[in-house]
Amino acid sequence: MTDTFLPSRPVPRSGFRTWFDRHQTRIAPWVFLSPALVLFAVYVIYPIVQSFWISLHDWDGLGPMEFIGLGNYVELLLYDFDFETAVINNVKWLVLFMLSPVFGLATALFLNQNVWGIRFVKSLFFFPFVISQVVVGLVFTWFYDPANGLLNVILEGLGLPGISPLSSETYVTFWIIAAGLWPQTAYCMILYLTGLNNVDAEQVEAARIDGASSWTMLHKIILPQLWPATFLAIVVTVIGSLRSFDLIAIMTNGGPWGSSTVLAFKMYEEALFNYRMGYGAAVAVILFLFMSVFIAWFLTRLVRQER
Amino acid sequence: MFPTPIHKRGTAANITYRVALWVSLVVWLLPLIAVALTSVRTLEDITRGNYWGWPTEILWYQNYVEAFTRTPLARYMLNSVLITVPTVIGSVALAAMAGFALAQYRISPVVLTLTVGVVIAVFMVTNIGVSATLLLGFVAAVVASAWLLRRSRWPGELLLFAMFIAGNFIPFQILMIPVRELTRSLGMYDSIEGLVVFHIAFQTGFCVLFMRNFIKALPYEVIEAARIEGANEFQLFWYVILPLVRPALAALSVLIFTFIWNDYFWALVLVQSDSAQPITAGIQALRGQWVASWQLISAGSIIAALPPVIMFFAMQRHFIAGLTLGAVK
Repeated sequence: MTDTFLPSRPVPRSGFRTWFDRHQTRIAPWVFLSPALVLFAVYVIYPIVQSFWISLHDWDGLGPMEFIGLGNYVELLLYDFDFETAVINNVKWLVLFMLSPVFGLATALFLNQNVWGIRFVKSLFFFPFVISQVVVGLVFTWFYDPANGLLNVILEGLGLPGISPLSSETYVTFWIIAAGLWPQTAYCMILYLTGLNNVDAEQVEAARIDGASSWTMLHKIILPQLWPATFLAIVVTVIGSLRSFDLIAIMTNGGPWGSSTVLAFKMYEEALFNYRMGYGAAVAVILFLFMSVFIAWFLTRLVRQER
Repeated sequence: MFPTPIHKRGTAANITYRVALWVSLVVWLLPLIAVALTSVRTLEDITRGNYWGWPTEILWYQNYVEAFTRTPLARYMLNSVLITVPTVIGSVALAAMAGFALAQYRISPVVLTLTVGVVIAVFMVTNIGVSATLLLGFVAAVVASAWLLRRSRWPGELLLFAMFIAGNFIPFQILMIPVRELTRSLGMYDSIEGLVVFHIAFQTGFCVLFMRNFIKALPYEVIEAARIEGANEFQLFWYVILPLVRPALAALSVLIFTFIWNDYFWALVLVQSDSAQPITAGIQALRGQWVASWQLISAGSIIAALPPVIMFFAMQRHFIAGLTLGAVK
């Protein structure tokens, strides 16, 4: 059996090999890859390059483009206070959104039991992630409504003064983030529930017999095994926080007076409402560079895993 | 199992846990329950400020009927379907092929070099209007580097894969202006096709990530056996790979369905009229019209949320398998 001849390429039944047969393993990957690659290049890769280019221009979207070098960036960084607000708000989103892996883990630990109806409960806990951010935004606008919102009904029930979350310049972003945490926590929870399902049961039992406290077990045994879930939770949360747009557009439209804007929203506003394409593109480029740091981190880890 | 199974604890702990479970569920879903309750209230209740007490009269369906008959809600729903279904089919099909290519073949870095080269060359011609000499020089440089790389040991398939993944994570805003211009110049602005083509292109990134990993994990013996049997690469894909990846196709389909159904940003950027707007943008437009008619807004929201919810419950296993891909080693 040692020297059995195995053809590395298929032998056609007809007996002679056509050009196609001889080269098919070289042709096939191109055929399979090209539709996706072409579409992706046209609609994703090329536009990125083009956005960088547009950001160096003064352009209203209709007339000719005027090259102004780094003018847009200079204006953004030195003269635009809304830009500063947007960056600060983005940082708030980024930092506070990191609560969702924590809440998600807590919820997953709470739900990881085997009692009657648990599957149903888990599904319903996951619910907020399935519905559109537009609906989440509407639901929370209604929830926060100062005149009739449930939040104020509850606060008054507790004997506290009512508040108007979405018209406070200082706190509005926090209230929107709270709404955003709702679906994001659900997502992280499902990642952790799957992770917990696959935790090595023997190790857990051994530690339990050794009398390890729950806290020690979580810290020393469970969390290390949950690392893939944590990694994924962090990645999706970072991306989600920097992409925050829908909730802001629905709940406040960036207001009051631009106080809840973020880079993603500011870009949209500058380009489509102020007709400043070049300026908007510059905001997008900055957001892109900001995000690239995380993408690079994620990719290097992923490629290392492949090796 | 961690934490300690509750039935190994005392009766008191068990009862507390079970009660806490359902109470926390209600608290967790409170905002949604509020909306559901509002959607069955009468206008009188709303104007009188009876938002949170028991409705004086429950309108099981009237608000929903009104939302459908007095507004283009049905049209928006139809648009959402017409946008979502072709996108799911298109992106999953493209990604199955591309994922297969990236998982099963070694692709020399030449492909990537040429792709990037072409993109930059097109950019130079259309935007900067470079001189012919410069362009020729650039093309020559690209071809030369491709030639030099032809025997390189760099894993080209991995680089391409990384490109697809990276594309999947970029902020939408960096694509917004060029994609809008491109869609306009193709005559597809404010049309369902325009949205579909873009969605297919963008979702391909995520789908390729998914399909490539799934196909990579298939037992290699099966593929090799098919080749020895004399199947060509296309038969191999069609008769061997596709049947094996059916679970992945299902998982991807439900995920993409949900993503696209819930898309709001691109609906704002690429369409504007009622004839092409999906439900997410439509509901926001209706909000201006309905002002304080919260019972209608609530009914509309619930209708908009329903399809992905049904999809989720019908295909729960696939949905979660797709979403948690990579959450376990």
